Amino acid sequence: MKPRKHISALIGTIAGAANGLFGAGGGSILVPGLEKFIPLETHKAHATALAVMLPLSVVSAVIYTVSSNVEIEWLTVLYVSGGGVIGGVIGAKLLKKLSAAWLNILFGLFLAAGAIRMLTL
Amino acid sequence: MNWLWFALAGLAAGIISGMGIGGGAVLIPALTILLATGQREAQHINLLFFLPTAAIALCTHIKEGNIEKKGLLKLTLFGVLGAVPAALIAVRINADWLRKGFAVFLLCMAVYELVKGWKKRKERKGSSAAPPHTVNRRQ
Repeated sequence: MKPRKHISALIGTIAGAANGLFGAGGGSILVPGLEKFIPLETHKAHATALAVMLPLSVVSAVIYTVSSNVEIEWLTVLYVSGGGVIGGVIGAKLLKKLSAAWLNILFGLFLAAGAIRMLTL
Repeated sequence: MNWLWFALAGLAAGIISGMGIGGGAVLIPALTILLATGQREAQHINLLFFLPTAAIALCTHIKEGNIEKKGLLKLTLFGVLGAVPAALIAVRINADWLRKGFAVFLLCMAVYELVKGWKKRKERKGSSAAPPHTVNRRQ
């Protein structure tokens, strides 16, 4: 069972690095990582990833906030988070209804379009 | 009226993350492409945005006992070990590089989602042909 132990350390480190460097994306590494290598069921992987991501994001957010060359409008954070909390409730309800293949494909295309736009920005 | 657009960007990202796919992949591009927020600022906003949403969702998961406690501490400790140097790099590095790096990461996520969707489609097509019990065993 040793390789398994090492793999969880590796998954954690990579997810943390992505979360710190990009301020996002830890979950997209943790969820498939936990599903594949531990292995956890999908809903357990999601929940566990969240439990790991919360402290990680606190650490990253503190570093971003303390660092003097990063400045944000706190009112903006409030608006975005307000929308986010409401959206989170809607999304959780939608999740039970939509889990189709086309959703992944649509989301994938959407991300690809965003990525290409950002590369050429 | 600007606040409305930010709230809408948050709403869209919240819906996506509530569905379990990762709100940052929506919020950061929305902030940088549509609302002209800097890459680093967008990442910072996403980190802060994640905290209340995740805390609420986490409470539900704890109550329902969905969290695998075995190995959780190790995952988190190594996660922090990865996050600290990476965040220190992120606040110092050139923002153009940061945006391009993020875009490449996003592209990888896009490919992953497309492959996943494609596999699901194939499985569904296969399941209509094969007897149901052989499909159930795979899950």
